[in-house]
Amino acid sequence: MTKGDIIRFTIDGQEVEAEKGQTILPIALEAGFDIPHLCYNESVKPYGACRLCLVEVRKNGRTRMTTSCTYPVLEGIEVFTQTERVLRARRLIMELLLGRCPGDQVIQDMASDMGVKEVRFEKGDKDCILCGLCARVCDEVVGAHAIHFAQKGSERKMMPPYGNEPTTCIACGACVTVCPVDVIGLKEEGDERTIVRWKRTLKMKQCKVCGNYFAPWFQLETFREKAKLPKDFFDACPSCRESL
Amino acid sequence: MKRVNSVEALEKEREKIRAARDSNKPCITICTGTGCHAAGCYPVAEAFKKALKAQGMDGSVDLRNTGCHGFCERGPLVVIHPEKILYQRVKPEDAEEIITETIKKGNIIERLLYEHPVTGEKIAHERDVPFYKLQKRIIFGNNGAIDPTSIEDYLALGGYDALAKALTSMEPVQIVEEIKKSGLRGRGGGGFATGRKWESCRNAPGNNRYVICNADEGDPGAYMDRSLLEGNPHSVLEGMIIGAYAIGSHEGYVYVRNEYPLAVNNLRTALDQTAEWGLLGKNILGSGFDFTVKINRGGGAFVCGESTAMMASIEGQSGEPRPKHIHTVESGLHDKPTNLNNVETWANVPYIINQGADRYCRVGTDGSKGTKIFSLVGKVNNTGLVEVPMGITLREIIYDIGGGIIGGKRFKAVQTGGPSGGCIPESLLDLPVDFDRLTEVGSMMGSGGMIVMDESNCMVDVAKYFMNFLKEESCGKCTSCREGTRRMHEVLNRITEGEGREEDIELLEDLAFVTTEASLCALGGTAANPVLSTIRYFRDEYEAHIRDKKCPAGVCKALITYEIDPDQCTICGLCQKTCPADAIEGKVKSKKPFKIVPERCIRCGMCYEACKFDAIKVT
Repeated sequence: MTKGDIIRFTIDGQEVEAEKGQTILPIALEAGFDIPHLCYNESVKPYGACRLCLVEVRKNGRTRMTTSCTYPVLEGIEVFTQTERVLRARRLIMELLLGRCPGDQVIQDMASDMGVKEVRFEKGDKDCILCGLCARVCDEVVGAHAIHFAQKGSERKMMPPYGNEPTTCIACGACVTVCPVDVIGLKEEGDERTIVRWKRTLKMKQCKVCGNYFAPWFQLETFREKAKLPKDFFDACPSCRESL
Repeated sequence: MKRVNSVEALEKEREKIRAARDSNKPCITICTGTGCHAAGCYPVAEAFKKALKAQGMDGSVDLRNTGCHGFCERGPLVVIHPEKILYQRVKPEDAEEIITETIKKGNIIERLLYEHPVTGEKIAHERDVPFYKLQKRIIFGNNGAIDPTSIEDYLALGGYDALAKALTSMEPVQIVEEIKKSGLRGRGGGGFATGRKWESCRNAPGNNRYVICNADEGDPGAYMDRSLLEGNPHSVLEGMIIGAYAIGSHEGYVYVRNEYPLAVNNLRTALDQTAEWGLLGKNILGSGFDFTVKINRGGGAFVCGESTAMMASIEGQSGEPRPKHIHTVESGLHDKPTNLNNVETWANVPYIINQGADRYCRVGTDGSKGTKIFSLVGKVNNTGLVEVPMGITLREIIYDIGGGIIGGKRFKAVQTGGPSGGCIPESLLDLPVDFDRLTEVGSMMGSGGMIVMDESNCMVDVAKYFMNFLKEESCGKCTSCREGTRRMHEVLNRITEGEGREEDIELLEDLAFVTTEASLCALGGTAANPVLSTIRYFRDEYEAHIRDKKCPAGVCKALITYEIDPDQCTICGLCQKTCPADAIEGKVKSKKPFKIVPERCIRCGMCYEACKFDAIKVT
């Protein structure tokens, strides 16, 4: 890293350093600042959907509210994570999320932490907060493009293409792992794995060493072809392969 | 093949076109804009064609279908040249008479003239009609004079003059400076300084750069961009070519709504013609400058009018805005420097280059130069498109040009700036209209929608209408916008249903705050304006709904009661016959006035409409 690539700025008055191209949120989290967030995951590009990670940024004498996950660091900016405006906006977003998904434990806990006890409008019946992490990890990391946003406005939802069984889904479970509110669900029964929300069930392969069913055939074949691995590479499950 | 390879060749062709035209030859122009189309202009045009032929005059009288003249309320419009006699609401059966009387004998047909709504005076000439008289139609004016599918018509009126001037006698930097000096600000809503935008795009590092024309006009009731593209597509293209030359771009896009089929068609025709003439493509007018334009048809999402969403859509992705920490002039379409301007902005460019920035600057206010086209709709007598100098007052637009409120009712508010604009009350009618003043009072210029409302409009209901539009047109990416607009609509709805709570105004203000402050793009950023501006100026109406459970304007069904005034009831029985709910009791020819049974009344308003004696009262 050359000297010019280091950016210096402040968060709540404390000096921090970052590399050019980074955004505020990961730097702030690393430095120990408490910024709530739901749609950010370091394995994919920042998207800025949940809006919880709002901060105020002062640049050239002008202060504006922005999402810290998408804001690229700049030399000399001043970031404020706990101003009255920021806290008010975050609380209201939390109220909106709680109103949408009153049954989500994660949302309930976060709301309670932020002092949001009740919602002032009709309770919704949704569980998905529309952060898009499932689709983004499926696109950017897995490359299966099995899920996407559909509709717009208040009708927006996540679903496989045309609402059918997603034929490109390899049932790897990455979406299940990244979902911040844990509403996708993965179930394994016998030689089958099901991604519950997308209604995708695939047969799994048996480890020739331990005999356990360890991953869907379709997933293993996809990975093997992509990474140009030898034909017998996935004959054993990861733990047995290590001990071999 | 008419390809012209130099400015001299273009001028020669222009002279040829002009020489072949006799300005004293009678010409009948028929407005075939969308408004007149709906009013039946095509059968009228057909009738003129037939009648001219029948009378053997098809050679001695020109017949021209033109773009929108703006006075849509009075369509189909027909103008007889060279006298410029305006006939309004013309029917096919009038065609023969117009030819025999007006064209042949020079007599004016009184019946078809515009009648002043107050004085009753019949007005013969377009220029004397108050609707036109007070306008300043420098951008929109040629719409009524040319056939939009004829490049010759545009050339005859000096079209592509500005392009020739720009290419031969101006350096690109000079053009940018001229636009900067003109003070032109983006007509699509944001009002950003066009010249500065061009400069930033021109100076942004990179080889390829794009120009885009935003024709994704989506505000309810607004159709000025549509009428420009339909009626004078070459003026928009000429602006784009000049802009591309100034910025150093060789590829342009027009992003136009697919719901505007005539605009798409006329633009396509114009593109074919400019390519054929050598005004688009390689080595334009022998200058060495190359530029092509593609049409991209929008799929109907309002949010695609937002610049980054539009660029995503052109790239083939879903139309969702993205953060603009790096401006689109530096990294826009395909991550290349991109300059996006609205239809009307582009159409201003040839005028500025031709007339010079100094002259252009003479019209307007300190911060807003030139004219603005508004679509004046709602409860106003003269609905249509009006082009007015910046700084004109709302009162002048609504009362002098618009002819006042329909039925002499009392003005209540004017909503400007499209769905996320605000409602401006009567006390601000003398506000000069420009970008900054409209923002100051909690509304905005937007793309130029102007919806006039009278005493029979309920402002809570109006806010609900716009919020319903916005909740459906939000892309849904940001929690604050998606849920915020939905919840504001929900709260407004319960207020109009009579279930409003004392704390609802405060809740609306909270929701407005989060939607405005926490959302990514301008849709969310301005979505609360309808709510905030109505609370600001019409708080008493909200309170009447919430506290007294009354809708003062008599609009919200749950909060009104219909009653028959016994003194005015003539016992005719018409209300009873019309009532679909069997809720009116009484007997014809009896002595007792009719009576509405509140428990059975479904508040449909049928009796109110039916009663000829104003005996039905709404409270």
